[in-house]
Amino acid sequence: MAKPTTPRAASAKAKAAAPAAAGADHNRPRPETPTDYKASKEELLEFYRQMVLIRRFEEKAGQLYGLGFIGGFCHLYIGQEAVAVGIQSALVPGKDSVITGYRDHGHMLAYGIDPKVIMAELTGREAGISRGKGGSMHMFSVEHKFFGGHGIVGAQVSLGAGLGFAHKYNGDGGVCVAYFGDGAANQGQVYESFNMAELWKLPIIFVIENNQYAMGTSVNRASSEDQLYRRGESFRIPGIQVDGMDVLAVRGATEEALKWVQEGNGPILLEMKTYRYRGHSMSDPAKYRSREEVQAMRDKSDPIEGVKKYLLEAGVSEDDIKLIDQDIRKVVAEAADFAETSPEPELAELYTDVLVEQY
Amino acid sequence: MGIEIKMPALSPTMEEGTLAKWLVKEGDEVKSGDILAEIETDKATMEFEAVDEGQIGKILIAEGSEGVKVGTVIATMAGEGGEEAPAPAPKAAEAPKADAEAPKKAESGTSKLASEARATVQDPDLPEGTEFVKTTVREALRDAMAEEMRKDERVFVMGEEVAEYQGAYKVTQGLLDEFGDKRVIDTPITEYGFAGIGAGAAMGGLRPVIEFMTFNFAMQAIDHIINSAAKTNYMSGGQMRCPIVFRGPNGAASRVGAQHSQNYGPWYAAVPGLIVIAPYDAADAKGLLKAAIRSTDPVVFLENELLYGRSFDVPKVDDYVLPIGKARIMRPGKDVTLVSYSIGVGLALDAAATLAEEGIDAEVIDLRTLRPLDTATVLESLKKTNRLVVVEEGWPTCSIASEIAAVVMEQGFDDLDAPVLRVTNEDVPLPYAANLEKLALIDAARVVAAAKKVCYK
Repeated sequence: MAKPTTPRAASAKAKAAAPAAAGADHNRPRPETPTDYKASKEELLEFYRQMVLIRRFEEKAGQLYGLGFIGGFCHLYIGQEAVAVGIQSALVPGKDSVITGYRDHGHMLAYGIDPKVIMAELTGREAGISRGKGGSMHMFSVEHKFFGGHGIVGAQVSLGAGLGFAHKYNGDGGVCVAYFGDGAANQGQVYESFNMAELWKLPIIFVIENNQYAMGTSVNRASSEDQLYRRGESFRIPGIQVDGMDVLAVRGATEEALKWVQEGNGPILLEMKTYRYRGHSMSDPAKYRSREEVQAMRDKSDPIEGVKKYLLEAGVSEDDIKLIDQDIRKVVAEAADFAETSPEPELAELYTDVLVEQY
Repeated sequence: MGIEIKMPALSPTMEEGTLAKWLVKEGDEVKSGDILAEIETDKATMEFEAVDEGQIGKILIAEGSEGVKVGTVIATMAGEGGEEAPAPAPKAAEAPKADAEAPKKAESGTSKLASEARATVQDPDLPEGTEFVKTTVREALRDAMAEEMRKDERVFVMGEEVAEYQGAYKVTQGLLDEFGDKRVIDTPITEYGFAGIGAGAAMGGLRPVIEFMTFNFAMQAIDHIINSAAKTNYMSGGQMRCPIVFRGPNGAASRVGAQHSQNYGPWYAAVPGLIVIAPYDAADAKGLLKAAIRSTDPVVFLENELLYGRSFDVPKVDDYVLPIGKARIMRPGKDVTLVSYSIGVGLALDAAATLAEEGIDAEVIDLRTLRPLDTATVLESLKKTNRLVVVEEGWPTCSIASEIAAVVMEQGFDDLDAPVLRVTNEDVPLPYAANLEKLALIDAARVVAAAKKVCYK
């Protein structure tokens, strides 16, 4: 289910907020109200495969953290799988670019990057995608146009606008997708970037992954406008609120957003309503919400169970689904083995890659 | 005689200007707010308005006159009520900053800060018979950007007032006309945002030159300079390049107070992953900015507003590019080494000239690049002179001067015949009052005193 900013919901709040502006708003072109994506059976199978891969990978990462193989900060994507998978399935790899914050493992997997080199980065090994020097929060694949992996909350929004700027400057037809959370949505630089992105009509989709909690602070406790899809309105950036637990809704909204951006209308904002099952990071006991709340979300809205239902409706058998599950378990186990047994970086690596050139 | 109309100061650092055009003639009646003349400063052409009503008497400076010093009487005016009326004292000065009222003009500490002192030796890498062209630092910087933009489509310039306004300090003058608004981009006042957009564009394969109106405002953006630009290559195991230049004026300007007067050289020089350049003369400004734009690494390029209008000889060479990370001996000497960078180099050269009269032969080194620091050139010089003074327009604590002192102690201890001395600004926020500002900033006399001290003279 997707909810665009126009026509405005006739809520008392919206009317009270800006009765006079409504007329002007209606004169502006707006994106169409998105519809759920009509996926083929093969596409559904691929969505399922990717989402299960992310889930099992993250569970394994959590285990390895507990065993001390992974250190520092480690932010798991469990519960939010439909967002990265739904959006990135609509992009053209090698043409469109993606940038996100530190909760980045899922986005990398959804972009088809080898689970082994991701897991080896988590364990800080030489074979890691950043040669062990980045860690969980700092992973990149220029080859896939995946630009990180950024640890400063909100920084990826300005950097993403810069990637969008480069797409436009080069005229390569690419679109940048910049993901950020409901917490980052309160950072000042996000709005500096919104302003310039719309002013210069940059080809960028801003995606707020609203998982309801910025670390331990709920959206309501941190945001005066908690309907985050409206956060671009004063910059004339249209926003669409999307059920981020439903991969077909996510994909459908992304198609609409891509159309909007590719037609030269400038940026668009997608608010993905989602939920993380685990704590903010591995060291978060998540005391700010009840066990029942998490369980209810798992029971009623789990994105993987959702796709499973679509698969069964499409005539895929339980056995076929189990085969996928088994295959994924093998892939993840191999990635974990690889990450545990790969050597740590050579000590000389300490001094490499500080600068590119010799001076 | 009625009111004297004086050449106004139209910016904090203006000392002289061109009287481009008179818009009134002798005998014209003018009233307050009428435009009397157009005056060209090194930054912009400004309209000069009348403050008082009256009749223009004599025009004393003809239009087209260049180099008219601030405070020069450029015309006379009969005050309200006719030629005979005595000029009312409070209205005596046309320009608020001229000194008709005050018997003595307050002298800024920066008036002696910007020297035009030249290197006494030619760059040894330049071939014999190289032709030189007198160029301001401002023009040299612009030429560097324009040349690199002609050469490489990926290079673009972005910042506040860089395009239509032609640069807040006129450094980007003419670039919009030549390269258009795709490549010369005015931003809103939003340093954090456009520093991030620049860094992202660099990651996306472009070569941005990001201008900060001054580096004081770059503190808003320092997160992207350090966390995004400087560290990404390392964090990505060498995958993610960020070839970007952050440039703009740095250091004390003139009477602009504490928030607009700071040297960030030591701040950025502390960060691995950055290149930090701070040139003194126009040739270095050009050659090093070109090198900075070509570098695959992120560069912080620190200019100095007080030097923008200073002229130096720039070699007339096709594609004048200098090596990053190499200091330059500006004046060879054998008795004491004076190490400096940016605006301090001029003071060191002035001090060396004074010292020479007193029989002390000082060697002056311009570091030019603050990171990586060319310690080899400093240590080599110390071997010869055995005495060293660091001259830095900036605070003393955790400064480039501190760093040089530490390096010299660690690696040149046996060559020292005296302790290393630091000549730096006072350890206070820069005050506004002219006398205090003067007291807080370095000057050549302090450099001379320190040099004599290490020579035990």
